[in-house]
Amino acid sequence: MRKTSVLEGSVGVAEAVKACRPKVISAYPISPQTHVVETLAKMVAEGEIDADYVRVESEFSAASVVYGASAAGVRAYTASSSQGLLLMTEVIYNMAGTRLPVVVTGINRTVSSPITIQPDHQDTMAFRDAGIIQLYVESNQEAYATHIQAFKIAEDHEVLLPVMVCMDGWILTHCYEPLELLAPKEVDGFLPPYRPLYPLDPQNPVTYGSFADEEVMEFRYMVHAAMEKARAKIVEVAEEYRQQFGYYFGGLIEEYYSQDAEIILVAMGSVVATLKDAVDSLHNEGISIGLLKVRAYRPFPAAEVRKALAKAKVVAVLDKSLSCGHAGPLALDVKAAMYNAETHPIILSLIAGLGGREVDLQTVREIVNRCRAAARATDCDFFQLRSELV
Amino acid sequence: MKLTVGAVVLPGTSKKTKTGLWRATRPVVNTKTCNGCGICVLFCPDSSISIADKTCQIDYEYCKGCGICAHECSQKAITMQEEGK
Repeated sequence: MRKTSVLEGSVGVAEAVKACRPKVISAYPISPQTHVVETLAKMVAEGEIDADYVRVESEFSAASVVYGASAAGVRAYTASSSQGLLLMTEVIYNMAGTRLPVVVTGINRTVSSPITIQPDHQDTMAFRDAGIIQLYVESNQEAYATHIQAFKIAEDHEVLLPVMVCMDGWILTHCYEPLELLAPKEVDGFLPPYRPLYPLDPQNPVTYGSFADEEVMEFRYMVHAAMEKARAKIVEVAEEYRQQFGYYFGGLIEEYYSQDAEIILVAMGSVVATLKDAVDSLHNEGISIGLLKVRAYRPFPAAEVRKALAKAKVVAVLDKSLSCGHAGPLALDVKAAMYNAETHPIILSLIAGLGGREVDLQTVREIVNRCRAAARATDCDFFQLRSELV
Repeated sequence: MKLTVGAVVLPGTSKKTKTGLWRATRPVVNTKTCNGCGICVLFCPDSSISIADKTCQIDYEYCKGCGICAHECSQKAITMQEEGK
């Protein structure tokens, strides 16, 4: 039986993880991830999940525990935020390199210094190049669905990569709203048991983390090739989820009134929901504006982005993180994708919402004004031209 | 040979890499003074020494020439000599 109740986003994530029947969960508490792992610890303690919950002294250890568990051949899960995620970095590179399908929730919170617990995407952006799949979610119902999808994508033998579900802290994790939870049997039917490729077994020993000198390039290429395979898998799994359960939040991307829009906003995460409302309001005022949600950040949906932005005049990419000394990381990727496209809209990199600063309708209005000014600009503007004489 | 997913391999494959080529100095055993006590076997970090016929035998395919055996030998039966001389 499905159940709908008003739940905190964090509890929704814990329910999704529980439904996936992991065997090992390990985490170190940090805001705003705490309620997720606290709820899971309680579920394990009360026998609702048949798993070991391993308490550790740091996020490095938490990531190492789930690494070992996954290599031993069981489904494993961890979550963290901010500095905690950064402490996992080395292990996550190893997870990707040794192709272990761990699911990690990256509960977005900015990175020190200065210290704050407010959300932005700076922490998960640090994993851009690690070889971990990254899916950014817009709502709590999507977060629930994406965790169930994540295990299925990660564990596919064509993929075999860790997946990070990126979810804005507080805005989503601490928000109470109605959530529909699937029946355990439904999830069991959707997500088959984990079949490890090379499980650790004393009877048939294997070496993980072996040495390679000459072939590093080939192994890194293999991670890249698995990412390419993941593209189709992410779309396929999202479609399967829609058919079985009736929920769909996009595959690699989601388009919202972007078909013939002159201005297209591009964003990831919970801000997408705000932007959808803003687009609705601006539409009513007759402004030609659409929205492109990037759901999969890695693998990056370059072809889909090119297609979605083909007819736009101006594209404004909202980044809730910053590559200091350059621009917003998402904007850079969008620009790179458009370079080989047939059409070339003006692309603006707009940094917003760092450290949890509110992005509201007023912000979007200012963005639209910027886009319109950019659309009017020409290659050669005449300064102080006396237009009355010509 | 195709590479394996995640570089996961069967154990014991380091035997295939003949690390003796790294050696700059080689341990040479004086079989007259060596009493076969085996202290060098215990100290060798590369498991490259064994005892046979009451004297130590060095496996030059893996010995990297670190010189620990020569340093630990109570009989001063091992001397380090520069390779190629």
